[in-house]
Amino acid sequence: MNSLSVPHLLGIKDLNKNDIELIFKTATHFKEIINRPIKKVPSLRDITIANLFFENSTRTKLSFELAEKRLSADVINFSASQSSVSKGETLIDTANNILSMKVDMIVMRHPYVGAGVFLSKNVGATIINAGDGTHEHPTQALLDSYTIQENLGEVSGKKVVIVGDILHSRVALSNIFALKLQGAQIKVCGPLTLIPKHITSLGVEVETDIRKALQWCDVANVLRVQHERMDINYFPSVREYTQLFGINKKMLDSLDKKIVLMHPGPINRGVEITSDVADSEHSVILNQVENGVAVRMAVIYLLAEKIKRN
Amino acid sequence: MGHKILINSSEIQIILHRLACQLIENHPNLENTVLIGLQPRGVFLAERLISILKNDYQLNDILYGQLDITFYRDDFRRSDKPLEANKTNIDFVVENKNVVFIDDVLFSGRSIRAALTAIQSFGRPKTIELMVLIDRRFSRELPIQPDYSGRQVDVINQEKVKIFWTERDQQDAVYITNIS
Repeated sequence: MNSLSVPHLLGIKDLNKNDIELIFKTATHFKEIINRPIKKVPSLRDITIANLFFENSTRTKLSFELAEKRLSADVINFSASQSSVSKGETLIDTANNILSMKVDMIVMRHPYVGAGVFLSKNVGATIINAGDGTHEHPTQALLDSYTIQENLGEVSGKKVVIVGDILHSRVALSNIFALKLQGAQIKVCGPLTLIPKHITSLGVEVETDIRKALQWCDVANVLRVQHERMDINYFPSVREYTQLFGINKKMLDSLDKKIVLMHPGPINRGVEITSDVADSEHSVILNQVENGVAVRMAVIYLLAEKIKRN
Repeated sequence: MGHKILINSSEIQIILHRLACQLIENHPNLENTVLIGLQPRGVFLAERLISILKNDYQLNDILYGQLDITFYRDDFRRSDKPLEANKTNIDFVVENKNVVFIDDVLFSGRSIRAALTAIQSFGRPKTIELMVLIDRRFSRELPIQPDYSGRQVDVINQEKVKIFWTERDQQDAVYITNIS
């Protein structure tokens, strides 16, 4: 029970319920630590971690880097735009070159689905997937569930609606796996063009009316429309999307209950949610960011425990 | 696996009262002094002492916290069993305070070494002292000694000292158990 069942964190799909409980329990200890006057523990002082970001990121990269530093790991950062990848180097070569500098763990974000799995099979380091294409973003799903648990006491039995661009969202898929594992009920809501055809086979329901979805749920996790992944038009205009699926204050006030509103960021204010909603008492968006550091510390710590000492 | 009783319930009561007296002898009225119970087992001793200090010496405003040292231990990735953390509960800073660590058994001294590092996250204490119920004096791996000790015990490494508290184990007693 007090050790993870996996040597890498490639996706939520590989985890079991005990893993999630262990990560949350450990994250709670780290959350207390990052609220101390001195927010650092020496646990990982003999571990070196490389952050390989082949895709843009602000929050996730900072959050991982801070988590690593709070655990006293040595950290090196790598961004594809400033690297030899642009000179034609392959992923395995890049990773092996970094590993020959004695790196124990790699945190990787990559635009290709399965890049983390590929790396885990080809290089000798612990891999944490920080987002692979439209596939999974496991630490985001973990911090989302952790935030739900923190706000509502537990995830089991809670009704969660994921709103927006489900088709291109790794956050949505990882969240569905994580929430299912913990026994939540899930609906997805968005334009049908942005909802994968066989999504119901994952045990989630599809709702196209945002008002009905909000009335049903305890938690709404609102996603950004990922224009950068769209090669065709999935809806006529951003304005129409906002009218049909955007969440505003009036909508929330009309509900007969208070719901928890989450967003993985970055927010497009005025598109998927209005500014006053993002800053309202419903919103736990900044709590998610704080919890992100604690949850990532827990994941890194628990995986580091499995690295054999030389 | 044999075990024999080392200290019985009434002897524990006498020791606890003596430790409480020694503490307030050195820290009059516990002014500027904070008591830190080390998780998980030092907390039982700390809470017993606090109830004596409250009931018999009317010291009602004791600054008391619980410190977990898991993430400061030097055997992470070295022990066969994963380390399991407990809750830290310190809602004050220890800057310029006299800190007294309270733990049940002093063995290798490594937990105390970790606690010395961990407490610095809450400020720079003026002094740090150590109080233990049992001092296994010939088992030390680091130069650490207690300032207040309930009983010094000489046992070999194949023997384990186990402390039972009524709150958790339905009796107050200290046993020596043979683990070989």
